[in-house]
Amino acid sequence: MEIKIKLNGTMVSDDVPADTLLIDFVRAHGCLSVKRGCETSSCGLCTVLMDDEPVLSCSTLAARANGRSVHTLEGLQEEASEFVGFIADQGAEQCGFCNPGFVMNTIALLRENPDPSDGEILAYLSGNLCRCSGYEGQLRGIRAFLNSRHEEGANHE
Amino acid sequence: MPTSSNGARNIITFQKYERPQTLDEAWELNQKKRNRIVAGTMWMKMGTHSFGTAIDLCDLGLNQIEETDEEFRIGAMVTLRQMEKHPGLAAYSCGAVEAAFKDIVGVQFRNGATLGGSLWRRMGFSDILTVFLAMDSYVELYKGGIVPLEEFARMPYDKDVLVRLVVKKQPGAFSYQAVRKQRTDIPSLNCAAAQVAGEWRVVVGSRPARAVVLRDEQGLLAGGITEESAAAFADYAAGAVTVSGNMWGSVEYRRALVPVLTRRALLALKEVQ
Repeated sequence: MEIKIKLNGTMVSDDVPADTLLIDFVRAHGCLSVKRGCETSSCGLCTVLMDDEPVLSCSTLAARANGRSVHTLEGLQEEASEFVGFIADQGAEQCGFCNPGFVMNTIALLRENPDPSDGEILAYLSGNLCRCSGYEGQLRGIRAFLNSRHEEGANHE
Repeated sequence: MPTSSNGARNIITFQKYERPQTLDEAWELNQKKRNRIVAGTMWMKMGTHSFGTAIDLCDLGLNQIEETDEEFRIGAMVTLRQMEKHPGLAAYSCGAVEAAFKDIVGVQFRNGATLGGSLWRRMGFSDILTVFLAMDSYVELYKGGIVPLEEFARMPYDKDVLVRLVVKKQPGAFSYQAVRKQRTDIPSLNCAAAQVAGEWRVVVGSRPARAVVLRDEQGLLAGGITEESAAAFADYAAGAVTVSGNMWGSVEYRRALVPVLTRRALLALKEVQ
Protein backbone atom coordinates (compact mmCIF):
# COMPACT_ATOMS: atom_id res chain seq x y z
CA MET A 1 0.00 0.00 0.00
CA GLU A 2 1.08 3.57 -0.70
CA ILE A 3 2.07 5.50 2.42
CA LYS A 4 2.99 9.17 2.67
CA ILE A 5 4.65 10.45 5.82
CA LYS A 6 6.18 13.85 6.49
CA LEU A 7 9.45 12.51 7.85
CA ASN A 8 11.66 15.11 9.53
CA GLY A 9 9.95 17.81 7.51
CA THR A 10 10.21 16.12 4.12
CA MET A 11 7.30 14.30 2.50
CA VAL A 12 8.29 10.68 1.89
CA SER A 13 6.10 8.19 0.06
CA ASP A 14 6.62 4.49 -0.44
CA ASP A 15 4.75 1.38 -1.48
CA VAL A 16 5.03 -1.00 1.49
CA PRO A 17 3.34 -4.16 2.76
CA ALA A 18 0.21 -3.39 4.81
CA ASP A 19 1.75 -4.77 8.02
CA THR A 20 4.88 -2.61 7.88
CA LEU A 21 5.77 -1.11 11.21
CA LEU A 22 6.75 2.53 11.54
CA ILE A 23 10.24 1.58 12.76
CA ASP A 24 10.88 -0.33 9.54
CA PHE A 25 9.55 2.53 7.44
CA VAL A 26 11.73 5.20 9.04
CA ARG A 27 14.85 3.01 9.09
CA ALA A 28 14.31 2.17 5.42
CA HIS A 29 14.32 5.92 4.81
CA GLY A 30 17.66 6.52 6.47
CA CYS A 31 16.66 7.18 10.07
CA LEU A 32 18.99 4.67 11.68
CA SER A 33 18.94 6.40 15.08
CA VAL A 34 15.65 4.56 15.65
CA LYS A 35 16.71 1.33 17.32
CA ARG A 36 15.01 -2.02 17.50
CA GLY A 37 15.05 -3.20 21.11
CA CYS A 38 12.46 -5.31 22.88
CA GLU A 39 9.85 -5.27 20.09
CA THR A 40 7.22 -5.79 22.78
CA SER A 41 6.25 -2.15 23.44
CA SER A 42 8.36 -2.08 26.58
CA CYS A 43 11.80 -0.45 26.25
CA GLY A 44 11.40 2.94 24.52
CA LEU A 45 14.42 2.49 22.24
CA CYS A 46 12.32 3.04 19.13
CA THR A 47 10.72 6.32 20.30
CA VAL A 48 9.80 8.79 17.56
CA LEU A 49 7.53 11.84 17.66
CA MET A 50 4.32 11.40 15.70
CA ASP A 51 2.44 14.69 15.37
CA ASP A 52 4.78 15.87 18.15
CA GLU A 53 3.84 13.10 20.60
CA PRO A 54 6.34 10.40 21.58
CA VAL A 55 5.24 6.96 20.40
CA LEU A 56 6.81 3.52 20.10
CA SER A 57 7.58 3.03 16.43
CA CYS A 58 8.12 -0.73 16.91
CA SER A 59 4.45 -1.05 17.85
CA THR A 60 2.91 1.56 15.55
CA LEU A 61 1.71 0.61 12.10
CA ALA A 62 3.24 2.66 9.32
CA ALA A 63 -0.28 2.77 7.86
CA ARG A 64 -1.51 4.52 11.02
CA ALA A 65 1.14 7.19 10.45
CA ASN A 66 -0.02 7.74 6.87
CA GLY A 67 -0.54 11.47 6.26
CA ARG A 68 1.02 12.43 9.58
CA SER A 69 4.26 14.08 10.66
CA VAL A 70 7.03 11.93 12.14
CA HIS A 71 10.27 13.17 13.65
CA THR A 72 13.31 11.08 14.53
CA LEU A 73 16.55 12.22 16.15
CA GLU A 74 17.97 12.88 12.67
CA GLY A 75 15.52 15.77 12.34
CA LEU A 76 15.94 17.17 15.84
CA GLN A 77 19.72 17.39 16.15
CA GLU A 78 19.74 21.07 17.04
CA GLU A 79 17.11 20.73 19.78
CA ALA A 80 18.90 17.68 21.19
CA SER A 81 22.29 19.37 21.14
CA GLU A 82 21.12 21.76 23.88
CA PHE A 83 21.15 19.02 26.53
CA VAL A 84 22.91 15.85 25.33
CA GLY A 85 26.31 17.20 26.37
CA PHE A 86 25.10 17.46 29.95
CA ILE A 87 24.04 13.80 29.86
CA ALA A 88 27.39 12.78 28.38
CA ASP A 89 29.18 14.76 31.09
CA GLN A 90 27.57 12.46 33.64
CA GLY A 91 28.80 9.37 31.80
CA ALA A 92 25.16 8.43 31.37
CA GLU A 93 25.34 7.53 27.70
CA GLN A 94 27.57 4.47 28.33
CA CYS A 95 26.96 1.94 25.53
CA GLY A 96 24.75 4.47 23.77
CA PHE A 97 22.19 2.05 22.39
CA CYS A 98 19.25 3.45 24.37
CA ASN A 99 20.32 7.08 23.93
CA PRO A 100 18.29 8.04 20.85
CA GLY A 101 15.09 6.87 22.55
CA PHE A 102 16.02 8.67 25.76
CA VAL A 103 16.86 11.85 23.87
CA MET A 104 13.62 11.77 21.85
CA ASN A 105 11.54 11.32 24.97
CA THR A 106 13.47 14.03 26.80
CA ILE A 107 12.69 16.40 23.92
CA ALA A 108 9.00 15.51 24.30
CA LEU A 109 9.21 16.02 28.07
CA LEU A 110 10.84 19.44 27.83
CA ARG A 111 8.38 20.60 25.18
CA GLU A 112 5.47 19.55 27.37
CA ASN A 113 6.98 20.63 30.67
CA PRO A 114 9.94 23.00 30.30
CA ASP A 115 10.79 23.00 34.01
CA PRO A 116 10.11 19.50 35.35
CA SER A 117 10.86 18.36 38.89
CA ASP A 118 13.09 15.31 39.40
CA GLY A 119 9.98 13.24 40.06
CA GLU A 120 8.39 14.43 36.82
CA ILE A 121 11.58 13.63 34.87
CA LEU A 122 11.72 10.10 36.28
CA ALA A 123 8.02 9.57 35.65
CA TYR A 124 8.15 10.80 32.05
CA LEU A 125 11.26 8.78 31.20
CA SER A 126 10.15 5.62 33.01
CA GLY A 127 9.26 4.01 29.68
CA ASN A 128 12.89 4.20 28.51
CA LEU A 129 14.92 1.25 29.73
CA CYS A 130 18.71 1.29 30.08
CA ARG A 131 20.79 -1.69 31.13
CA CYS A 132 23.99 0.29 31.82
CA SER A 133 23.40 3.40 33.79
CA GLY A 134 20.89 2.91 36.59
CA TYR A 135 19.07 6.06 35.41
CA GLU A 136 20.74 8.34 37.94
CA GLY A 137 23.21 9.65 35.36
CA GLN A 138 20.46 10.65 32.96
CA LEU A 139 18.59 12.38 35.77
CA ARG A 140 21.73 14.23 36.87
CA GLY A 141 22.43 15.25 33.27
CA ILE A 142 18.94 16.64 32.65
CA ARG A 143 18.98 18.36 36.05
CA ALA A 144 22.36 19.92 35.22
CA PHE A 145 20.96 21.18 31.91
CA LEU A 146 17.91 22.69 33.60
CA ASN A 147 20.06 24.29 36.30
CA SER A 148 22.34 25.74 33.64
CA ARG A 149 19.31 27.15 31.82
CA HIS A 150 18.04 28.69 35.05
CA GLU A 151 21.43 30.29 35.69
CA GLU A 152 21.54 31.63 32.14
CA GLY A 153 18.06 33.07 32.62
CA ALA A 154 19.05 34.67 35.91
CA ASN A 155 22.15 36.20 34.34
CA HIS A 156 20.05 37.76 31.61
CA GLU A 157 17.66 39.39 34.08
CA MET B 1 9.42 -15.60 13.84
CA PRO B 2 7.04 -14.36 11.14
CA THR B 3 8.45 -11.83 8.73
CA SER B 4 6.72 -9.16 6.69
CA SER B 5 7.41 -9.04 3.01
CA ASN B 6 10.15 -6.43 3.49
CA GLY B 7 12.07 -9.04 5.44
CA ALA B 8 11.98 -7.31 8.82
CA ARG B 9 11.13 -9.19 11.98
CA ASN B 10 7.47 -8.64 12.59
CA ILE B 11 5.34 -10.27 15.23
CA ILE B 12 2.08 -8.90 13.80
CA THR B 13 1.38 -10.02 10.25
CA PHE B 14 -1.64 -9.29 8.07
CA GLN B 15 -2.34 -8.85 4.39
CA LYS B 16 -4.71 -5.87 4.18
CA TYR B 17 -5.29 -2.65 6.09
CA GLU B 18 -8.69 -0.93 6.09
CA ARG B 19 -9.91 2.33 7.58
CA PRO B 20 -13.70 2.05 7.60
CA GLN B 21 -15.59 5.33 7.27
CA THR B 22 -18.66 4.21 9.22
CA LEU B 23 -19.29 2.01 12.25
CA ASP B 24 -21.47 -0.21 10.09
CA GLU B 25 -18.58 -0.75 7.69
CA ALA B 26 -16.28 -1.51 10.62
CA TRP B 27 -18.75 -4.02 12.03
CA GLU B 28 -19.19 -5.71 8.62
CA LEU B 29 -15.43 -6.04 8.17
CA ASN B 30 -15.09 -7.42 11.69
CA GLN B 31 -17.54 -10.28 11.05
CA LYS B 32 -14.97 -12.14 8.95
CA LYS B 33 -13.12 -14.60 11.11
CA ARG B 34 -9.70 -13.63 9.76
CA ASN B 35 -10.17 -9.88 10.30
CA ARG B 36 -9.29 -7.96 13.46
CA ILE B 37 -9.74 -4.49 14.88
CA VAL B 38 -6.21 -3.38 15.74
CA ALA B 39 -6.85 -0.43 18.14
CA GLY B 40 -3.50 0.96 19.34
CA THR B 41 -1.51 -2.26 18.58
CA MET B 42 0.51 -1.76 21.78
CA TRP B 43 -0.77 -4.79 23.70
CA MET B 44 -1.11 -6.74 20.46
CA LYS B 45 2.60 -6.26 19.77
CA MET B 46 3.42 -8.14 22.95
CA GLY B 47 2.30 -11.37 21.30
CA THR B 48 2.40 -13.02 17.90
CA HIS B 49 -0.62 -12.45 15.69
CA SER B 50 -1.40 -13.34 12.12
CA PHE B 51 -4.67 -12.35 10.48
CA GLY B 52 -6.21 -11.25 7.18
CA THR B 53 -7.27 -7.62 7.43
CA ALA B 54 -6.37 -5.04 10.06
CA ILE B 55 -9.37 -2.82 10.78
CA ASP B 56 -8.33 0.63 11.99
CA LEU B 57 -11.08 2.76 13.59
CA CYS B 58 -8.98 5.94 13.45
CA ASP B 59 -11.23 7.72 10.90
CA LEU B 60 -14.43 7.36 12.95
CA GLY B 61 -13.97 10.34 15.25
CA LEU B 62 -13.68 8.12 18.31
CA ASN B 63 -10.58 9.87 19.64
CA GLN B 64 -12.45 12.44 21.74
CA ILE B 65 -13.46 12.70 25.40
CA GLU B 66 -16.81 14.50 25.56
CA GLU B 67 -17.80 15.87 28.96
CA THR B 68 -21.28 17.07 29.83
CA ASP B 69 -22.90 17.87 33.17
CA GLU B 70 -24.16 14.28 33.33
CA GLU B 71 -21.41 12.09 31.93
CA PHE B 72 -18.09 11.48 30.19
CA ARG B 73 -18.26 9.87 26.74
CA ILE B 74 -14.85 8.43 25.97
CA GLY B 75 -14.33 7.20 22.40
CA ALA B 76 -12.74 3.82 21.80
CA MET B 77 -9.71 5.40 20.10
CA VAL B 78 -8.94 7.79 22.95
CA THR B 79 -5.45 7.02 24.21
CA LEU B 80 -4.58 6.20 27.79
CA ARG B 81 -2.50 9.37 27.90
CA GLN B 82 -5.49 11.52 26.87
CA MET B 83 -7.49 10.11 29.78
CA GLU B 84 -4.57 10.45 32.19
CA LYS B 85 -4.24 14.16 31.36
CA HIS B 86 -7.93 15.03 31.11
CA PRO B 87 -8.74 17.69 33.75
CA GLY B 88 -12.42 16.71 33.98
CA LEU B 89 -11.64 13.05 34.60
CA ALA B 90 -8.97 14.04 37.11
CA ALA B 91 -11.40 16.21 39.05
CA TYR B 92 -14.29 13.75 38.99
CA SER B 93 -12.16 10.71 39.87
CA CYS B 94 -10.29 12.52 42.68
CA GLY B 95 -7.08 11.69 40.80
CA ALA B 96 -7.83 7.97 40.66
CA VAL B 97 -7.69 7.81 36.84
CA GLU B 98 -4.22 9.36 36.74
CA ALA B 99 -3.11 7.14 39.63
CA ALA B 100 -4.29 4.07 37.76
CA PHE B 101 -2.71 5.03 34.41
CA LYS B 102 0.57 6.70 35.34
CA ASP B 103 2.63 3.52 35.70
CA ILE B 104 1.35 1.70 32.63
CA VAL B 105 4.64 1.03 30.79
CA GLY B 106 5.61 4.57 29.76
CA VAL B 107 4.36 7.80 28.18
CA GLN B 108 5.08 6.54 24.65
CA PHE B 109 3.06 3.39 25.26
CA ARG B 110 0.16 5.36 26.74
CA ASN B 111 0.21 7.68 23.70
CA GLY B 112 -0.49 4.62 21.57
CA ALA B 113 -2.64 2.31 23.67
CA THR B 114 -6.35 3.03 23.39
CA LEU B 115 -9.33 2.75 25.68
CA GLY B 116 -11.03 0.38 23.25
CA GLY B 117 -8.07 -1.95 22.92
CA SER B 118 -7.56 -2.02 26.67
CA LEU B 119 -11.19 -2.61 27.63
CA TRP B 120 -12.04 -5.01 24.83
CA ARG B 121 -9.41 -7.49 25.89
CA ARG B 122 -10.73 -7.41 29.48
CA MET B 123 -7.25 -8.32 30.64
CA GLY B 124 -7.00 -9.52 34.20
CA PHE B 125 -4.11 -7.20 35.02
CA SER B 126 -5.86 -4.16 33.56
CA ASP B 127 -5.60 -0.96 35.62
CA ILE B 128 -8.14 0.61 33.27
CA LEU B 129 -10.84 -1.96 33.90
CA THR B 130 -10.33 -1.80 37.66
CA VAL B 131 -10.58 1.98 37.97
CA PHE B 132 -13.61 2.33 35.70
CA LEU B 133 -15.42 -0.54 37.44
CA ALA B 134 -15.36 1.61 40.55
CA MET B 135 -17.47 4.19 38.68
CA ASP B 136 -20.97 4.06 37.21
CA SER B 137 -19.60 2.99 33.82
CA TYR B 138 -21.13 1.53 30.67
CA VAL B 139 -19.74 0.44 27.35
CA GLU B 140 -21.52 1.24 24.12
CA LEU B 141 -21.33 -1.67 21.69
CA TYR B 142 -22.35 -1.08 18.08
CA LYS B 143 -24.83 -3.97 17.99
CA GLY B 144 -25.08 -4.79 21.68
CA GLY B 145 -26.06 -1.30 22.79
CA ILE B 146 -25.31 0.11 26.22
CA VAL B 147 -24.01 -2.52 28.64
CA PRO B 148 -22.88 -1.95 32.24
CA LEU B 149 -19.10 -2.30 32.39
CA GLU B 150 -19.44 -4.86 35.17
CA GLU B 151 -21.56 -7.05 32.88
CA PHE B 152 -19.24 -6.45 29.92
CA ALA B 153 -16.26 -7.57 32.04
CA ARG B 154 -17.90 -10.98 32.40
CA MET B 155 -19.01 -11.36 28.78
CA PRO B 156 -17.18 -13.68 26.39
CA TYR B 157 -15.44 -12.19 23.35
CA ASP B 158 -17.64 -11.71 20.30
CA LYS B 159 -17.45 -9.82 16.99
CA ASP B 160 -19.18 -6.60 18.08
CA VAL B 161 -17.45 -3.21 17.96
CA LEU B 162 -16.77 -1.27 21.17
CA VAL B 163 -17.68 2.33 20.36
CA ARG B 164 -17.14 4.19 23.61
CA LEU B 165 -17.17 4.12 27.40
CA VAL B 166 -19.80 6.19 29.18
CA VAL B 167 -19.07 7.23 32.76
CA LYS B 168 -22.07 8.72 34.55
CA LYS B 169 -21.12 11.58 36.85
CA GLN B 170 -22.80 10.14 39.90
CA PRO B 171 -21.78 11.97 43.06
CA GLY B 172 -18.84 10.06 44.41
CA ALA B 173 -15.26 9.77 45.52
CA PHE B 174 -12.59 7.37 44.31
CA SER B 175 -9.15 6.07 45.20
CA TYR B 176 -6.70 3.71 43.55
CA GLN B 177 -3.86 1.50 44.77
CA ALA B 178 -1.60 -1.00 43.02
CA VAL B 179 1.43 -3.08 43.85
CA ARG B 180 4.04 -3.62 41.16
CA LYS B 181 7.35 -5.45 41.35
CA GLN B 182 8.77 -2.30 39.84
CA ARG B 183 7.38 0.88 38.34
CA THR B 184 5.91 0.29 34.85
CA ASP B 185 5.51 -3.44 35.35
CA ILE B 186 2.15 -5.19 35.25
CA PRO B 187 0.52 -4.94 38.70
CA SER B 188 0.73 -7.89 41.06
CA LEU B 189 -2.61 -6.68 42.39
CA ASN B 190 -4.66 -3.52 41.96
CA CYS B 191 -7.57 -2.11 43.90
CA ALA B 192 -10.01 0.78 43.51
CA ALA B 193 -12.36 1.98 46.22
CA ALA B 194 -15.36 4.20 45.76
CA GLN B 195 -18.44 5.63 47.29
CA VAL B 196 -20.60 6.31 44.28
CA ALA B 197 -24.26 7.35 44.39
CA GLY B 198 -24.30 6.28 48.04
CA GLU B 199 -22.95 2.79 47.32
CA TRP B 200 -19.60 1.51 48.58
CA ARG B 201 -17.53 -0.38 46.02
CA VAL B 202 -14.15 -2.05 46.20
CA VAL B 203 -12.75 -3.45 42.95
CA VAL B 204 -9.88 -5.94 43.03
CA GLY B 205 -8.01 -6.70 39.82
CA SER B 206 -4.86 -8.39 38.59
CA ARG B 207 -5.72 -11.30 40.87
CA PRO B 208 -4.70 -12.29 38.07
CA ALA B 209 -8.15 -13.01 36.62
CA ARG B 210 -10.53 -10.24 35.55
CA ALA B 211 -11.35 -7.67 38.22
CA VAL B 212 -14.26 -8.28 40.59
CA VAL B 213 -16.51 -5.73 42.29
CA LEU B 214 -17.27 -6.08 46.01
CA ARG B 215 -20.18 -4.21 47.58
CA ASP B 216 -20.83 -3.55 51.24
CA GLU B 217 -23.55 -6.16 51.60
CA GLN B 218 -22.86 -6.59 55.32
CA GLY B 219 -22.98 -2.88 56.14
CA LEU B 220 -19.38 -2.88 57.37
CA LEU B 221 -18.91 0.67 56.13
CA ALA B 222 -22.37 1.90 57.11
CA GLY B 223 -20.89 4.21 59.74
CA GLY B 224 -18.26 5.56 57.32
CA ILE B 225 -14.60 4.73 56.91
CA THR B 226 -12.57 4.39 60.07
CA GLU B 227 -9.42 2.36 60.78
CA GLU B 228 -11.69 -0.34 62.24
CA SER B 229 -14.30 -0.43 59.46
CA ALA B 230 -11.59 -0.40 56.78
CA ALA B 231 -9.90 -3.34 58.52
CA ALA B 232 -13.23 -5.17 58.79
CA PHE B 233 -13.95 -4.67 55.09
CA ALA B 234 -10.39 -5.77 54.28
CA ASP B 235 -11.01 -9.01 56.19
CA TYR B 236 -14.23 -9.50 54.23
CA ALA B 237 -12.36 -8.88 50.93
CA ALA B 238 -9.69 -11.42 51.89
CA GLY B 239 -12.37 -14.09 52.08
CA ALA B 240 -14.43 -12.91 49.12
CA VAL B 241 -11.76 -12.44 46.43
CA THR B 242 -10.36 -15.52 44.74
CA VAL B 243 -6.75 -15.20 43.65
CA SER B 244 -4.26 -17.41 41.89
CA GLY B 245 -0.57 -17.29 41.09
CA ASN B 246 1.56 -16.34 38.10
CA MET B 247 4.98 -14.77 37.52
CA TRP B 248 3.82 -11.46 39.03
CA GLY B 249 2.82 -13.01 42.34
CA SER B 250 2.10 -16.32 44.01
CA VAL B 251 -1.30 -17.27 45.43
CA GLU B 252 0.01 -16.70 48.93
CA TYR B 253 1.42 -13.27 48.05
CA ARG B 254 -1.78 -12.12 46.39
CA ARG B 255 -3.86 -13.53 49.25
CA ALA B 256 -1.82 -11.36 51.59
CA LEU B 257 -2.10 -8.32 49.31
CA VAL B 258 -5.90 -8.31 48.99
CA PRO B 259 -6.66 -7.09 52.54
CA VAL B 260 -3.67 -4.75 52.57
CA LEU B 261 -4.63 -2.93 49.36
CA THR B 262 -8.33 -2.95 50.26
CA ARG B 263 -7.60 -1.29 53.59
CA ARG B 264 -5.22 1.23 52.03
CA ALA B 265 -7.65 2.06 49.23
CA LEU B 266 -10.47 2.64 51.72
CA LEU B 267 -8.33 4.86 53.94
CA ALA B 268 -7.17 6.79 50.87
CA LEU B 269 -10.83 7.13 49.87
CA LYS B 270 -11.59 8.67 53.25
CA GLU B 271 -8.98 11.35 52.53
CA VAL B 272 -10.73 12.51 49.34
CA GLN B 273 -14.36 12.26 50.50
